[in-house]
Amino acid sequence: MCGIVGLHLKTERHHDALGRLLSPMLDCLETRGPDSAGLAIYSEPVPVGSFRYSVRIDGLDPDADTKTVVTTLALELSQDLGSPVTCERVRPDGAVLIASDRVREVTSRLAERRPDATVVGFGRHIEVVKDVGRPRDILRRHEIDDRTGYQGVGHTRMATESAVTTDHSHPFAPNADLALVHNGSFSNHATVRRRLAQSGIRCVTDNDSEVAARLIGREVDSGATLETALKTVGQEMDGFYTLLVTTAREFAVVRDSFACKPLVVAETDEYVAVTSEYIAMTSLPGIGSARVFEPTPGEIHVWER
Amino acid sequence: MGTVTETAPEAGLENTLELDCATLSTREVNTALRELPARSRVRIVNPRGRHNLAVALDQELDIEIAGHAGYFIGGLCDGPSITVDGFVGWSLAENLMSGTVRVRGNASECCGATGHGGLIVVHGDTSSRAGISLKGAELAVGGDVGHMSGFMAQAGTILVGGNAGDALGDSLYEAVIYVAGSIASLGSDAQVEDLTQEDVDRVRSLVERAGFDHISPEDVTRVASAKHLYNFDALKEQKY
Repeated sequence: MCGIVGLHLKTERHHDALGRLLSPMLDCLETRGPDSAGLAIYSEPVPVGSFRYSVRIDGLDPDADTKTVVTTLALELSQDLGSPVTCERVRPDGAVLIASDRVREVTSRLAERRPDATVVGFGRHIEVVKDVGRPRDILRRHEIDDRTGYQGVGHTRMATESAVTTDHSHPFAPNADLALVHNGSFSNHATVRRRLAQSGIRCVTDNDSEVAARLIGREVDSGATLETALKTVGQEMDGFYTLLVTTAREFAVVRDSFACKPLVVAETDEYVAVTSEYIAMTSLPGIGSARVFEPTPGEIHVWER
Repeated sequence: MGTVTETAPEAGLENTLELDCATLSTREVNTALRELPARSRVRIVNPRGRHNLAVALDQELDIEIAGHAGYFIGGLCDGPSITVDGFVGWSLAENLMSGTVRVRGNASECCGATGHGGLIVVHGDTSSRAGISLKGAELAVGGDVGHMSGFMAQAGTILVGGNAGDALGDSLYEAVIYVAGSIASLGSDAQVEDLTQEDVDRVRSLVERAGFDHISPEDVTRVASAKHLYNFDALKEQKY
């Protein structure tokens, strides 16, 4: 069992409150996933040619000032890359750095400087937070209430098929501005992982959801729409799933053909909200007059901005 | 303990107790309900999607849930009459023994699962697996039911006022399904059978008790088991 939340704001009215709206939704679903949690938050883009990199550094010295560490790291990377690297946000587990959009170059220089660093998400719009522990603690530690933006997804995890680690927690964000959260389990993920590896796409964990994220990433990279990519998941992957997948422009949900995992959608003139259980969206403004429905088995819903 | 208030009595009724989910935990609500004398009247306010309300009660109570509620509403009950003025989540009235559970809006998956007795009425739609493994209860849905409804239902009646989704009545046993609208597809071992006068009477009675006015008992489709999967044959073709 896991919990999924998502909020796609159609108007600018609640942009400043995105974090404050998402936090209680995620906290409410601790019952579905108490071991880890994560979020992807989409806000206004950084300039063309650059990406935000959500960087987790495992070996941060608890006695050192994280701000000094990541600011120094940004300076060193600037020299290594020959282009500016700035620190947009200092986080308890690392930082959000803004650097060139040459992802391979940036990640390899980062790995040279800090072998204990992991890029958990990147893109012009996205920031990704992943952590282990109770959702409430993670929300507080990462000050999610202060986040602004136009779209966010979250996940509370109750691990059933792979380890409880930060790398195994959701969202999975293998491509620029792409994020996936999953409730369910894929039974043929090992087979699909091997197929992806044959085409040069490697997973970093043994988690089943990462395979779906990378499969969708491959399709989107090849020019597919998110809807088409989700159809490919339905064709190639076997198992139970409710998926919420987002890009910079799209916000999409799908349930497996048996609808084994729950999902509730609420839509108003101002937002689209999705949660595993209705109770997790009752904190939203105007929920009483929202159009509330459940996607039927295999039905793909996509909202675009 | 939070707010438990008594409101002014209505004509011909005993006092109505009000339980407020905004100040009471689910356990407090259910404990308060369990301690009530029979024939009490209760209104549960501010449910806001709360799960497990009004479960495992064995008195004749009249309970109104004023708003949308969550999973397992009215589950395991043996006596009370429960009305939800809103929609509900998964597994409404699961394993109901007797009494009535009525939902004015829609119900999510597995509505009425394993119900042994009593009446479950949903005025709106239900999603997948309505009446799964029904064991004798009556389930009346005014609108549509989702896929795999009536799966492995062993006894009882399912009435669908709207349309039924795919794989209706898969692996049915003795339960009978009546559908007023269309059927997307029948499940394995489910078949359409001729309607008898007994069926019409059974549907009419259920329609009246559900309070529906859009179903003609003579015009429903009867779905029952073809009984090819009725028994599990362990030696069939010596495969097992």
